[in-house]
Amino acid sequence: MSTIRPTWVHAAILGTFCAGFGVLLASTDIVTKDPIKARALEDKMNSLGQVIPPGIHDNNPVIDAVTVKAEDGKDVVVYRATKGGEFTGFAYELDANGGYGGPVKLMLGVDPAGKLLGVRVISHKETPGLGDKIDAAKTDWITRFTGLSLGNPPVEKWKVRKDGGQFDQFSGATITPRAVVGGIRHGLEFFAANKARMMEKK
Amino acid sequence: MAASYGRIIKDGLWENNGVLCMLLGMCPTMAMTGTATNGLGMGLATAVVMAASNLMVAMFRKYVTHEVRIPVYILIVAANVTFVDLVMNAWMHELYKVLGLFIPLIVSNCLPLARLEAFAAKEPVLPSLVDGAFMGLGFTLSLTVIGAVREIIGQGTLFADAALLLGPSFTFLESRIMPADMGILVLILPPGGFLIAGLMVVAKRMIDLASGKEIKMAGAHSV
Repeated sequence: MSTIRPTWVHAAILGTFCAGFGVLLASTDIVTKDPIKARALEDKMNSLGQVIPPGIHDNNPVIDAVTVKAEDGKDVVVYRATKGGEFTGFAYELDANGGYGGPVKLMLGVDPAGKLLGVRVISHKETPGLGDKIDAAKTDWITRFTGLSLGNPPVEKWKVRKDGGQFDQFSGATITPRAVVGGIRHGLEFFAANKARMMEKK
Repeated sequence: MAASYGRIIKDGLWENNGVLCMLLGMCPTMAMTGTATNGLGMGLATAVVMAASNLMVAMFRKYVTHEVRIPVYILIVAANVTFVDLVMNAWMHELYKVLGLFIPLIVSNCLPLARLEAFAAKEPVLPSLVDGAFMGLGFTLSLTVIGAVREIIGQGTLFADAALLLGPSFTFLESRIMPADMGILVLILPPGGFLIAGLMVVAKRMIDLASGKEIKMAGAHSV
């Protein structure tokens, strides 16, 4: 430590460590990439099952999917449930903006009349113990949206109670439920605007 | 100057406890102790990263020059956090869904860095591994106790959602101590973290005083 070494020695040591750990991280990424992708797909199948009841379709919605352009230019994949050739439900993911820790990823299931079959939170970075009550594994808050639609409740009531709407916020956390309620309303508007495109035959 | 293992373990768990004595890692201590389960999860993930980082730094301690040691330590901690994140996401997905939220936060914890600098950079591999593991467990212990106190007073439960973290066989841990509407919200919110952590530091000093020990000042650099 007391000897004075030329700068390049330190640079070489730091560079070697960076390169070494870079290679290790890259190989870990390669090894874990496929399992992580598989887990994400399993999660998607599971959440699809939660927003589209298995009884209402005889096809595999993960395969029967169409891509719809949202108003912000993003492509949204819509999974379609059919029974006997008739559409019975649509499921799609969207980001509810304005969460405390960034966007909250939601999965919506909607029937052809625009009524919610179910909503689930797929991933979020909200505060553990406060905002994470939107997660169906923690509380049943998210299940209260099932059966609702754009006219029920009326659009001015599609807000958390604190903003004059009809949905409960959590004690100590208003931002997260506000984002989720807004996201669901936005998702229903998206359905209303793109219904025709979603029902196109392949 | 290798310290005895008994000493290292005692230091990590109580004497030189990362939270209660050194007051390090305050960010996760405040943010992750709303419930005992969250504290436990954050603590365990940190302990794994600390043990692995201490081990690696001790292995490489002869090759890292004094001048670049800090960037190398940060690199090692960040790499370990990423390893744990990727591996858990791939093969322990259920656990990852619960802990995944906490893992990236470990990088911003200065307790691992302090132990690398104060211990692993000078000591052989095995004592460093033990130091990392038990400093991490001491951290876990503090976070779990702070979380338990905040959870009981704040929302009346203890170890809520423990089954999500530890598996269904731990459902028995989940208990309700007080009725739901008795909760004092401020303890769940950030100020509660400061209040309880502060009171715990005082409690530790009083216990040490009562047992006739000299009060150890915050000493990240004492071994």
